[in-house]
Amino acid sequence: MKFVDEYRDQAKAEALAQAIARITTKPWSIMEVCGGQTHSIVKYGIDELLPKHISLLHGPGCPVCVTPLELIDKALQIAVQPNVIFCSFGDMLRVPGSAGDLFSAKAKGADVRIVYSPLDALKLARDTPERQVVFFAVGFETTAPANAMAVFQAHAHQVSNFSILVSHVLVPPAITAILSAPDNRTQGFLAAGHVCTVMGFDAYLPLAKRFHVPIVVTGFEPVDILQGILMCVEQLEQGRAEVQNQYARSVQREGNRPAQQLMSQVFRVVARKWRGVGEIPNSGYSLRDTFAAYDAETRFDVAGYHVNEDSECIAGQVLRGVKKPKECPAFGARCTPDRPLGATMVSSEGACAAYYQYRRHEQTSGAAGKRS
Amino acid sequence: MSQSKSFEGPNAPVGVSCPVPITNQDFVTLAHGGGGRMMHNLLDRIVIPAFGNQPLESRHDGAVMDMNKGRLAFTTDSYVVHPLFFPGGDIGTLAVTGTVNDLAMCGARPLCLSAGLILEEGLPMATLERVVASMARTAKAAQVTIVTGDTKVVDKGKGDGLFLNTAGIGIVEHDLIIAPSRVQPGDAILLSGDVGRHGVAIMAVREGLQFETTIESDCAPLVEPVLALLAAGVDVHCLRDLTRGGLATTLIEIAESSRLHVGISERDIAVEENVCGACEILGLDPLYLANEGRFVAFVPAPQAEHALQVMRAHAVSSTAARIGSVSESPAALVTLRSRIGTKRILDMHSGEQLPRIC
Repeated sequence: MKFVDEYRDQAKAEALAQAIARITTKPWSIMEVCGGQTHSIVKYGIDELLPKHISLLHGPGCPVCVTPLELIDKALQIAVQPNVIFCSFGDMLRVPGSAGDLFSAKAKGADVRIVYSPLDALKLARDTPERQVVFFAVGFETTAPANAMAVFQAHAHQVSNFSILVSHVLVPPAITAILSAPDNRTQGFLAAGHVCTVMGFDAYLPLAKRFHVPIVVTGFEPVDILQGILMCVEQLEQGRAEVQNQYARSVQREGNRPAQQLMSQVFRVVARKWRGVGEIPNSGYSLRDTFAAYDAETRFDVAGYHVNEDSECIAGQVLRGVKKPKECPAFGARCTPDRPLGATMVSSEGACAAYYQYRRHEQTSGAAGKRS
Repeated sequence: MSQSKSFEGPNAPVGVSCPVPITNQDFVTLAHGGGGRMMHNLLDRIVIPAFGNQPLESRHDGAVMDMNKGRLAFTTDSYVVHPLFFPGGDIGTLAVTGTVNDLAMCGARPLCLSAGLILEEGLPMATLERVVASMARTAKAAQVTIVTGDTKVVDKGKGDGLFLNTAGIGIVEHDLIIAPSRVQPGDAILLSGDVGRHGVAIMAVREGLQFETTIESDCAPLVEPVLALLAAGVDVHCLRDLTRGGLATTLIEIAESSRLHVGISERDIAVEENVCGACEILGLDPLYLANEGRFVAFVPAPQAEHALQVMRAHAVSSTAARIGSVSESPAALVTLRSRIGTKRILDMHSGEQLPRIC
């Protein structure tokens, strides 16, 4: 398939891996920010191709994984109310709350539906004016424009039975939090290509300078990721700390201006809780006052709800790149995709789920061992 | 739920009652499952003419058929697909092909099927007629007869329009044992065609997704290539049709049952470009998507080329390819050689694949 096959080409991938091996003289730890990149790395075994002193750390960029427990609980509380149609992206349905997930709520009679776009949920609201339609608006800057558009259109057409449960988070504050932590191991970043397609990459320039860390905006295919790693290692080896754009076929420096305008019209920046990490200042979105009527938290009176997270789950350390999934004592035993303790075991983009799916046999079978 | 009653039964009593019930309705009512005149009218008008054959028309409690001596294969499956109609087929085609294919995977020549119809009150009669016609057409193509059956009607809201169950009997005309236990190190793994079309076709209709070209289900009977392989003297070790869970899940099941390693190459597995595109958009893996007209055959490596030629002579498996082989270790695992040359383990998913956020 065009625009896919050329980025999954064995000869190109091997040439890039050899180039990385040629220039690497020291051990380096590089974090891929986005869960889509983590999934690709593990699915294609990209780290197998790398020299052994390049270590890939899996970052916090999976929206399913970082959505805090209390938001899942709020979703469940709203979904079970009579007359509600609760709409969500598919992979949020299996994320465990304190007591069950949206799938189990559905099995008990809640009207929970998988949609592919918040605009589908808005259409559903217009088609069923007698029901309350709620959309679970999770995600990074990537999904924010469509969610903003849904609220904007609901407001313009006075679709009063539509609301969203907002759990939007932002990448640059998360990078700041990771680099500011005393146990930080990350020396270079692969920034998330799709987030930068929307936002551009100006916000990363002060981060690269302040923390003296290279940041390479990177795509999601194996050849993209290997090229991003090569650019990052080049900078590390040369002592540079710049923002570079590997994903130029999609990302422009200024990003998608109309999308940004819409987002700033509908959302304001607020502190947000991240699952396993805690609250990060200025790290997410809430609806502006003009659109507050579409906030499901107020409409269904769940705004004051708080809950503590499972103490055994080390998702927070995994999301900050401090630990690998297999370092968790619960991994593969008390925590599996069938019975996940934390959200990193749920989403296909979650580091724990990716390791479980592709790597859990490694030590016993040696089937996917690292190349020397 | 209504009283039960089979297709067969005593001749309907003749007489006039008052008031005269409405019998010529456009949709199914509870009375159509009630065992009375309306049920008989339904069977006489729609079901029996479509499937018409001697055992069914005898209206006995079951079908009695002559048999030669030999081994029998017997299977059953239920069909609850939503939507009932999709590009490339409908619940009727599925109900016949699914059971016929299960018989074929036993290396059996399918002989006859039963059909259980569970109808929801309010189902348009035109829908029932269309589905029954599909079943009849598919049965004819697969050279199998529907010889007995049953109809029930459930209250509105207690069914999803129409559920079907079919059971099938086939005759095994050879001495081979075809089962995962016969898979051996060195076996070649042959795949009958491209994968993932049925899963994407259903999802596209169910979720209202539109692509530039319509993706059609691969739903089709697999009897011909299987019987041809056996007739050609191929020592078939194992056959499996790829339904729910797709190619990956099927191979994992076989690796686990045989305690052997299954190694396949991503490059050799065909996925149509539009299916590939849909999977990219939705974050799905085509190796785990459902198929309804594809199978894998495990055969001794020296016979692989001959077997492929036999399979390719039939339209349903014209693009058959060798996708991998079986070895001793690492046991009970499936590994995939990726397009970029790395190796990964294919694992069983805990449930249905869920479309990703971004």
